[in-house]
Amino acid sequence: MLQSYVPILLLFVLAALFALFSVTIAPYVGPRRYNKAKLDAYECGIEPSPQPVVGGGRMPVAYYLTAMLFILFDIEMVFLYPFAVSADALGLFGLVEIALFIATVGFAYAYVWRRGGLDWN
Amino acid sequence: MSTAQLLANDPVWLTIVKVIAIFAFLVVMTLFMIWWERRVVARMQHRPGPNRVGPFGLLQSLADGLKLAFKEDIRPVLADRWVYFLAPVISTIPAFTAFSVIPLGGEVSIFGHHTALQLADLPVGVLVVLACSSLGVYGIVLSGWSSGSPYPLLGALRSAAQVISYEIAMGMSIVAVVLYSHSLSTSDIVTAQQSGWFVWLLFPSFAVYTISMVGETNRAPFDLPEAESELVGGFHTEYSSLKFALFFLSEYINMVTVSALATTMFLGGWRAPWPLSAVGGGVLNTGWWPLLWFVVKMLIFLFVYIWLRGTLPRYRYDQFMRLGWKVLVPISLVWIVLIVGIRAFKNSPNVSPQQVLIAVGVVVALILAVTFLLPTRPEPEDGRIELTGGGYPVPPIDLKVPQTPPRRRRTGVPGTQRQPAGVTAGEDSSASTASSKEASDGSV
Repeated sequence: MLQSYVPILLLFVLAALFALFSVTIAPYVGPRRYNKAKLDAYECGIEPSPQPVVGGGRMPVAYYLTAMLFILFDIEMVFLYPFAVSADALGLFGLVEIALFIATVGFAYAYVWRRGGLDWN
Repeated sequence: MSTAQLLANDPVWLTIVKVIAIFAFLVVMTLFMIWWERRVVARMQHRPGPNRVGPFGLLQSLADGLKLAFKEDIRPVLADRWVYFLAPVISTIPAFTAFSVIPLGGEVSIFGHHTALQLADLPVGVLVVLACSSLGVYGIVLSGWSSGSPYPLLGALRSAAQVISYEIAMGMSIVAVVLYSHSLSTSDIVTAQQSGWFVWLLFPSFAVYTISMVGETNRAPFDLPEAESELVGGFHTEYSSLKFALFFLSEYINMVTVSALATTMFLGGWRAPWPLSAVGGGVLNTGWWPLLWFVVKMLIFLFVYIWLRGTLPRYRYDQFMRLGWKVLVPISLVWIVLIVGIRAFKNSPNVSPQQVLIAVGVVVALILAVTFLLPTRPEPEDGRIELTGGGYPVPPIDLKVPQTPPRRRRTGVPGTQRQPAGVTAGEDSSASTASSKEASDGSV
């Protein structure tokens, strides 16, 4: 069973070797004429505004909301796949169950929509 | 014999040959796509495009790639050393890996070995592609975060939000396909389309998938993460040399992969299109012919990518998120409920159409009722600028203009009696240069 994953692993390793090789040789192949301005953060030629160490510190909270909504719906999707594979075998029971499931998620979705969670300001 | 059994009999050398072939195919496709895109967009804009290097300029992207390798590799001072180094690698690996489950053709014989033109046929094939495209987000987010610069960070956040938002619509459109093929394995999905392509049967799913695949790969008109006018270059602003090339490579490979998945799921995969499939009792569906059909179908999708880029302006971010969350997701949800109901009705004799309709109706009515019963968040009314002039922000007609400019009022000097520039001004300037010299000495 796991044997069928071996080719994927081989492709993974090949891609990893290629990518690691590229990023490793990059500094040695190219010229190295460093100066202070070149190594500063890019801000259209002006002096970079002072930043916390990495990543600029704060980020808009709306992105966290999107991430949480993604988890909600991604889990829904993950449950839909096994149902879809064996939908015919499950018959009417499966239909009722998945209808209830989609209705539950639909409720949460409608709630988020009405509360403005899907609006982007 | 099923495809999975055929592939299980592959000797090791054959697997290695296939791995190298797919790797080379993806790299060549990337080089070709960059050239093709530049040529087609140029033609759409009435200019020739790259036509100097090699025949028709075909070697242009190869030359560009080589040139990138000999460019200076920069690591900004504020960058996180290891994450900055690894982010291009993290985004490249899943891009390559995702293509492994795509069936490029049926049964062929390579050096006397019977095998399928596919690297791996997993029972969860489609999930591998989805998982890899999710993992690719890590490369984008980490590259933006580790650069230590505001533009890449914003680009990375946008990109991540975009990819995960459209992945939901994408995943739901795949559910419909799985319902009809009874399998997540890509080769089974192709087999299920023997009698008819899913693009006709499941057109709404196809439309949702096609839109979300453009959003998923951050391409125009959804290329907000790299909106040049807002974010310079997006998440790879601080990258140069081969690291930048790797980001470019993974973006184009992702395009190729989602196009290949669209071909597999909706356009019958490697099967010949209708009039050709009837030729000679299906001889065009055997041997190496399928590879041709597959590549042609995939190139059609890739051409649509270029076409969109040459035609459409970029979306605004809130419009874009609204399209994803408020249009594509509800359409997919309702469509899934609909086809699940239709299938249950068709497959079980003891369910009448009335029962199915009632069940579907109850679900839809429940969702609608809930939607209208829930309270809306009140719009904030204060803090808005009063608009006049038919919606354009022009100043109101009864605008009170101050009689005297504030500066003159403060100094009390009337505008007509200006002091001539004289000795005092010269003294002032010399004093200021002296003080600035002192200040610079002090700072050193």
